Amino acid sequence: MFSELLLNAIASGVLLGGFYAAVTVGLAISFGMLDIGNLAHPAFVILGSFSAYIFNQRLGLDPILAALLMTPAFFVLGAAIYQVYFLAFERRGEEGLRGLAFFFGILFITEVALILGFGVDYRFVEARYIGPTLHVGDVDFALRTLVPFVISLAMVGALQLFMSKTYMGRAILAVSQDSLALRLMSVRPYRVKLVAFGISIATAALAGAFLIIIQPVEPSIGRDYIGRVFAIVVLGGMGSFPGMVLAAILLGVAESLTATFYGPSWSPAVAFGLLLLTLAFRPAGILGRRA
Amino acid sequence: MSDALLTVAGLGKRFGGFIALDGIDLEVRAGERVGLIGPNGSGKSTLVNCLSGILQNEDGSVRFDGTALDGLPAHRRTHLGLARSFQLPKPFGSLSVAENLRIPLLYTVDGRNGVRLTESDIAQRCEALLGMVALDGKARARPKDLTQIEMRKLELARAVAAAPKLLIADEAMAGLSHSEVDDIIALLLKLNEAGIAVILIEHIMRAVMSFSERLVVLVAGRKIADGLPQEVVNNPEVVRAYLGE
Amino acid sequence: MKHSHFWLAAAASVIIVFAASHFVSNDYFFFAGYVVLQYIVLAEAWNILGGYTGYINFGTSGFFAIGAYSSVVLHKLWGPPIPVLIVVGGVLAGAVGLAMGGLTLRLRGVFFAIGTLALAIVVQTFITNWDFVGGSRGVYIIRPPSAPLLGTYIHYLFLVMLALAGMSVAIARTIERSTLGYGFAAIRDDEQAAEAAGVPTLKLKLISTTLSGALMGMAGAPLPYYVTYLDPASGFNLSYAVNAIAMPLIGGTTNWIGPLIGAILLGTIQQAATVTISSSLNLLLVGVVLVFFVVVAPHGLIGLYRPRRKERIAQAERKVA
Repeated sequence: MFSELLLNAIASGVLLGGFYAAVTVGLAISFGMLDIGNLAHPAFVILGSFSAYIFNQRLGLDPILAALLMTPAFFVLGAAIYQVYFLAFERRGEEGLRGLAFFFGILFITEVALILGFGVDYRFVEARYIGPTLHVGDVDFALRTLVPFVISLAMVGALQLFMSKTYMGRAILAVSQDSLALRLMSVRPYRVKLVAFGISIATAALAGAFLIIIQPVEPSIGRDYIGRVFAIVVLGGMGSFPGMVLAAILLGVAESLTATFYGPSWSPAVAFGLLLLTLAFRPAGILGRRA
Repeated sequence: MSDALLTVAGLGKRFGGFIALDGIDLEVRAGERVGLIGPNGSGKSTLVNCLSGILQNEDGSVRFDGTALDGLPAHRRTHLGLARSFQLPKPFGSLSVAENLRIPLLYTVDGRNGVRLTESDIAQRCEALLGMVALDGKARARPKDLTQIEMRKLELARAVAAAPKLLIADEAMAGLSHSEVDDIIALLLKLNEAGIAVILIEHIMRAVMSFSERLVVLVAGRKIADGLPQEVVNNPEVVRAYLGE
Repeated sequence: MKHSHFWLAAAASVIIVFAASHFVSNDYFFFAGYVVLQYIVLAEAWNILGGYTGYINFGTSGFFAIGAYSSVVLHKLWGPPIPVLIVVGGVLAGAVGLAMGGLTLRLRGVFFAIGTLALAIVVQTFITNWDFVGGSRGVYIIRPPSAPLLGTYIHYLFLVMLALAGMSVAIARTIERSTLGYGFAAIRDDEQAAEAAGVPTLKLKLISTTLSGALMGMAGAPLPYYVTYLDPASGFNLSYAVNAIAMPLIGGTTNWIGPLIGAILLGTIQQAATVTISSSLNLLLVGVVLVFFVVVAPHGLIGLYRPRRKERIAQAERKVA
């Protein structure tokens, strides 16, 4: 009995972790690689959830399909925000703390705007894979967490290929390590960062769809995710994707075990507590990198 | 043991897999004028950062005025009498020029070695320091209103305000005109006459040659020469390092 | 003006404002005034760490709630007078600030800022799971029927917060003009150069964090008696964090006047807006104001004013030279 409980907790934790990886990959790019402290990243994920909700409720579209359609719009939004951030902070050399306050404000504005637009009720979507459960021996895999898990990993994998194989991807990696070297390659860092930040927000559209498939969403949920995404990025060693996925799954399992054996109301503390401990004792992350 | 002011033994510093400094030995006596030269990337700035405490060395040891420096944070080293100026001036932008000098006076001089500074003491010292670097009229100015050479003078004045026994001047003359370089050399000589040992790190050879009693050469993280300037300059290994093979 | 004179002036202002308030018959003034005064304390407290020392704290609500909930605990156990609650709230919040600082201040400012957010949520989670203080359901606090001094209890709370506001302003000014204040400014302007000049940066940052957190805890201590019903959602409301940042940013972050002006300005507008338009729209306004000021005028209204004055002086000096 206990082992069944444990196995299920771990299984759902792994699935949850895969989803967390999708939520975090955008921040792994903006904060891990570009050093932009985008506190508002979870807010864009929630925005993605609500846009999936609208498409699903009004047009009956599958939420993931809706998110894919919204990805270009989110990319443009990300590029626009980076534009403001660059003009206001990076150009003046005052990024860092003021930039954080900027994103904090955006986080807050997005949440309140969503409350004004949709109210504080929980919203959910409907799809054929929300409901059924796959049984493998003693372990249950709810499809509504399994499907996002699979597509999340696919998305992260695709981004990893993009980073290592394409010209733009390699330029982004270069900019994350050495802006000067990039300039010597006569690529303007600004344009590369613009594209990278746009991509990071575009991922939020998909992650948002996954979220609202997994659980009902209301505007203030974003706050629970701030700790999670930053904990995963730091624990994962900043820009490293493999490290991030590992950290995400670790966190997912930790939260799942806590929820199963101590109660779900302790979950927020797991991520943030993990973050504080990581910052205090191993800022370079599990696999070790700069912090 | 020698009575050197600064004793560096086998100092090593790595950044990941890259060895920035490898087995550096160096001695500086009280009141000495030492020049430190080397091609770009040879580790001069890393050495300064390790000595001043911004970076911590992995290997070797540093002793200053009888105290082991290893592991000490930068501010404690300054309290012991080891001051440095920064290659790119780092003034306190929101404070006036005079207030910039207050910081080392308040935090390094006041309360140390039985010295207690009153408001008028501080004002006097600020005036004297500003006069020494010919920035008298600029006491109330903000750093961003200063010219390049004025900023470098402020940078030096701020290091001197801490009443150090050893001053490390990190490329204080880069980009200055001929006469401006002479000004800085004259200033450093004046400081040395007052008893402050100086390590001068520079690319401008005539400045280094005229100023130094001893010349140290760093190449690719290793010390390859250490002696009288005239001898060092004619050392074939040094010539090779600068002119290439 | 010497420090002692300023403290006397602050105390005198507190007495004058309190005396003048006796001519106000509408109780709403005291309710709204309490909130504005509370924000003065929070803004000044935030600014000691954020504006003076340059380390941004997103977890104001955490420290504030520590003060509020320590009062709840003490109220249930013993019921001491408010000044005791304030001291306890301040000490506890200060201790938490010290602990958190010890964990995160050796890292870059970015990680400290994120750490403060983490702290607020961890504290909130603990409180939400602690049944003694009501957990997520919240707790009811009954106001004592009479006040230690003349007037109703809400008048008493008003005076208490007025005194705290005066004290926080005086503390901010005292720090600003002291050796400690110069050390903070050096850290803010260039931490490496500050270290090189002999400033013990870690120690000062810890002092700044502790002091800032303690003041925030003190501001939160009387809260349970003001609201009479306290639950984690309202006690840890993100708007505290946003306001504590927005107010000094608007007024000016480098001196003691900025947070005071920002708190009075933004606090009063919000009190008026909550009544006339919806409270959500009011919060949206604060968020927009914050972003606007961060982007356009990071040194606040005073920062916008100063450069023009400096330019005029510089021009005059150039003409003479």
